[in-house]
This record gives sequence, structure tokens and C-alpha cells, in this order.
Amino acid sequence: MAYEINGQTIEHDEEGFITDVSQWTKELADYLAEKETINMTPEHWEVVNFLRGYYNEYQIAPAIRVLVKQMKVAFGPEKGNNKYLYELFPYGPAKQACKIAGLPKPTGCI
Amino acid sequence: MAQKEYDVPVLEDHLPTPHLQRDALAHVRSHPAKPELQKALGFPGELVEDWEAKAVAKLGELLQKHRSLRVYLDACVKCGACADKCQFFLGSGDPKNMPVARQDLLRQVYRKYFTAAGKIAPDLVGAKPLTREMLDEWYVYYHQCSQCRRCSLFCPYGIDTAEISMAAREVLDHIGMGQKYTNEVILKCHQLGNNLGLNPAALRNTVEGLEEDIMDDTGVPVRLPVDEVGADVLLVTPSADFFAEPQVDGLIGYAKVFHQAGLSWTLSSYASEAGNFGMFIGSYDHMQKLAVRIRKAALDLGVKRIIVGECGHAWRVAYSLLNTTSGPWDFLDPKYPHPQHICEYTWDLIQKGGLNLDATANDDKVVTFHDSCNPARAAGMGGYPGGQFDIPRNIIKTVCNKFVDMHPDTIREKTFCCGGGGGLLTEELMPVRIAGMKPRMQALKQVMDEKGVTHMAAICAICKSQFTGVMPRYGMDPYMIVSLHQLVNNAIQLGTKE
Repeated sequence: MAYEINGQTIEHDEEGFITDVSQWTKELADYLAEKETINMTPEHWEVVNFLRGYYNEYQIAPAIRVLVKQMKVAFGPEKGNNKYLYELFPYGPAKQACKIAGLPKPTGCI
Repeated sequence: MAQKEYDVPVLEDHLPTPHLQRDALAHVRSHPAKPELQKALGFPGELVEDWEAKAVAKLGELLQKHRSLRVYLDACVKCGACADKCQFFLGSGDPKNMPVARQDLLRQVYRKYFTAAGKIAPDLVGAKPLTREMLDEWYVYYHQCSQCRRCSLFCPYGIDTAEISMAAREVLDHIGMGQKYTNEVILKCHQLGNNLGLNPAALRNTVEGLEEDIMDDTGVPVRLPVDEVGADVLLVTPSADFFAEPQVDGLIGYAKVFHQAGLSWTLSSYASEAGNFGMFIGSYDHMQKLAVRIRKAALDLGVKRIIVGECGHAWRVAYSLLNTTSGPWDFLDPKYPHPQHICEYTWDLIQKGGLNLDATANDDKVVTFHDSCNPARAAGMGGYPGGQFDIPRNIIKTVCNKFVDMHPDTIREKTFCCGGGGGLLTEELMPVRIAGMKPRMQALKQVMDEKGVTHMAAICAICKSQFTGVMPRYGMDPYMIVSLHQLVNNAIQLGTKE
């Protein structure tokens, strides 16, 4: 299972999450977003970039409320809430935003 | 990859026994654990060549070790009492999700290799050899059982399908057919101390963020200490409490309760997980290894007590198996029950007048309570029969003015599983999770329609995630689901009692 983008082969798991975080590129994010029928706006990119930054520091995706807080800082309270995040990523920040950001899907009792 | 669409059952005004839908869920199969994952847990990487001999040998070993397993396999008289009791059957109509049929997948192999009649006249006693097809059926249908033990409640012999499903998964792991979801979680917990994979820095960052949030909301400095040597209490809680909604609101609730009680407590970054997926795969080795982490943390931190957060199967492992897996716990203070459930702690405090609670804070809600399988049928609370049903309800009734129970056949010991327990909380099993949630959704819808229920509280991280994840498919609002201690969190008046 792999994506082929610009001649690069990027392995992914059964659900489409890439298996090597370091292989992520902006082109891959655009490609994955398109597959998910998401049109990447600056707000989407804010989420994706924040997820990647957090992951680099902590080797795990942030909790949703951490993400919400960041959106509040970046775009104000009307975009810094759970509901807005789900408008950006209808199938959830963990499932969709992490996939587009190239992070492993958070799993556990969640 | 666009979201797959699934058939979602239509909720009626009652829960009908379904027409049989042969093989309705036969195609729904958990992702297999990859070789490197299997090996990291000490299992063969892929299906071993002599799988039949190895599987039979492993089953023989389990029969020796657990007398109960042999009794369960011998005792069934096919009376049918269990047939319509499993939520996965009720939601799907797939006859192999009848508990008796699920058990029979292993029972027929047991008869073939371990009983005289099965060896001499297999056809007469329904004995069958272990074939490759049979292995696949085991893999599919033993990963469609949430080990909730509802069927065993109705079985006149008390046959416990969960034990049979655990044994089957243990055999499968030992021949190289592990499930990706559970085994990945177990490995993360061995490596990092929790199911989620939060390393100590991430854990600290997360709880510091929560302390800030509480300060912003209330102006009161409530702490969530990590690795505090010399604290009186170690809190072990599901790592979902650090991460997911509405679990986090429950964790904030525990912290506020401890704060108002003036309790000296700590989390451990080494044992930052109450859950124990070792039980789901029937592996005593892994269950023990995971439980020992909590013992080590308790000793290293020098705590006197252990309190377990809102996690269903963790409470089973703690309540019923803690001494077996990681005892003796004689270093804890004998003045207190150990382990203690967070609900026991909070209820005790309420009775002693230790909390200032304002139930009007929850006046916007009409609340019902979902009993989670493991506390309901595999553990207790409060030191008396039925305490596990009363105590959570007592707390809710203290912090909410409007509480309503669901239909009596769907609560307390007869509770239905949320549909995601026992290692099923993974995306590829979505059709199974949707089907399995039907009975609970039907009962919930009834009290919503008839009694105006707006919220359902739970005390299990898996239940909360399964409900919030799957309810939108039933056209229901996922924000209806609350942590029990989230209701306490809303009602507690900080700064008035401390």
C-alpha cells in the first residue's frame, strides 16, 4: 500500500495514514485532502502545521482541546471551538487532520 | 479516502428479535497485526507452518490452566437462552453472533481434539477439525465479541463467552494471527506506560494545559500533579482522559474533587494508564506485565492508596485481578479500600459532607446513566452487592436534579455493551460497532422521547468514545455523552470548602 506522488513512493497503512512521518510533503497533504474532498484553506493549514509542530515536539498528536486553544489564539473564539474544527474536518481532527498532516492516527480508548 | 457509508439500523419503539441474516457480518474483519508488532509482543510474526498442532497445543495448555474454560466448553446444552441476548446479534441478525454459535466455533474444535466422543464419532457430537477456514471464522467472530458477559448472565449454566473469546484470541496470537488494534495498544503501553502513547513530556504538557484551563475558568489553582514522590494517592486512569472529549472533563472533575478534599495525590508518568488490553487478548502474561507497572509506580512514589478513574475494564482488572497479577499490595494503607474506584471515593466524600455541590448547575440536563459492562458484571463497588449500580447513580442524583433510568432490561446487570468494548474500538470494525450499539440507542431514544433525556453519563473511556464516535450515524448528538465526573465538575463550588 503506497501513494505515488511526483515519482515518490510513500507507504501507508490500511486506513491511508502514511507509515513514515518524515516522508510528508505539502504536495502529499494537498493530494490527501483532495481524496478526502477537503479544500485546504488557511484555517486547514493552521491545523495541519500546528499538528506537525506538536508532533515534532511530543511524538504524538495533541488532544483536541489543545488544538482548539491554538485555533483560538490564531483565529479568535469563533473559530477556536470544537464545532468549527469538525466543520474543517468533518470526520474529526484525529482521523482526517492527522492523516493529511502525515501523523499516525491516535489510537487507544479514543 | 472518502468515508465509507454503512447501513445503520432504524430505531423503532421496541427492540425486535431480528430475522436471521446469515453471514451479515462475516466480511467485517479486524486488520491483522503486522509481523514486527507480533514479534515485539513475543508472538510469532505470521501464521506458523504447523498452525494446527500449535493451536491445539495452546488450547490444551489453556484447558489445563483454566478449569473454567473446560467447564464452559462442556456444559452447554443448546437451550437457546443466550441466543437473543448479544447486542451484536440483535443489531445484525448474524446467527454467528449468537453467543452459543460464537462459543461453538471453539467448542467443536475442543470436542474433536479433547473429548473421547469427538475423537471416535465426531459427526455425532458436532466435533470438527481445525481447518484454515475455521481459523478465519475464529478471527472474524472472536473479534466481534466485546467480552461484555451479558449472555452469561442469562445462561442457566453461567457459561462465560468472554472467557472463550479470550482463549480463542490467545490461541490466535500464539499461531501468528494477532489483531492490529489491541496489539498496537499493548505495545504502546509497554513502551510508554499508556495506551495512547503519551510520553512523559507530552503528559506533563497536557496536564499543565488543563491546570491553566481550570484557572481560566474558575480562578482557582487546581493541580494535576505528576510523579510527586510522597503523595498519598496514586490516580490511575485511562489515558483517553488526557486526550479525548468528554473524557477530559471527567479528569478535571476528579482533580476538582481531590482539590476540595485537600487530598495529596499524583499521577504517574510511568503508569499513566488504568486500562489493560492484555485482558482483551486473553494474555495473562501481558496483563500481568501491564499491571506490574502500576505496582512499581506505587512503590516508587511511596503512595498509600490507589484510586482508579472512569475505565470499565481497568476496574475489572483492578477489582478482580490485581492481587493475582501484581500482588501482594500489603504496602498500601489498610485503612482504605484498595483499589478504590473514583466513584467510591467521591460518593464517600459526598456522604461525609466533604463536597460543596450545586445541582442547579446541571439543571439544563435530564440525565440517564449507561452501566458499563465490566463494572456492572465483572466487578463491584462499595463493598456490597449492587454497589456498582447504586453509587454512580447516587452521585449523579446528588449533582443533577433530573435523573431518569432507561428501560430496566437494559441497565444494571442487564446492561447492553456500548458496542465498542473488548478490543473492537477500531475503524475497520465500524459495521460491528454500529450494529452492537443498536440496543443501547433504542433504549436511549425511548427515554429521550418519553422522558426528555438530554444527556447520558458513563464511567468508561471506551463507552464514551464509542458513543460519541458512532451516535452521529444514528442521527444523534454526540455531545449528549458526558463523563460522570463531568457532571460533578459542573456542580462543584470551588473555593467554598477547601
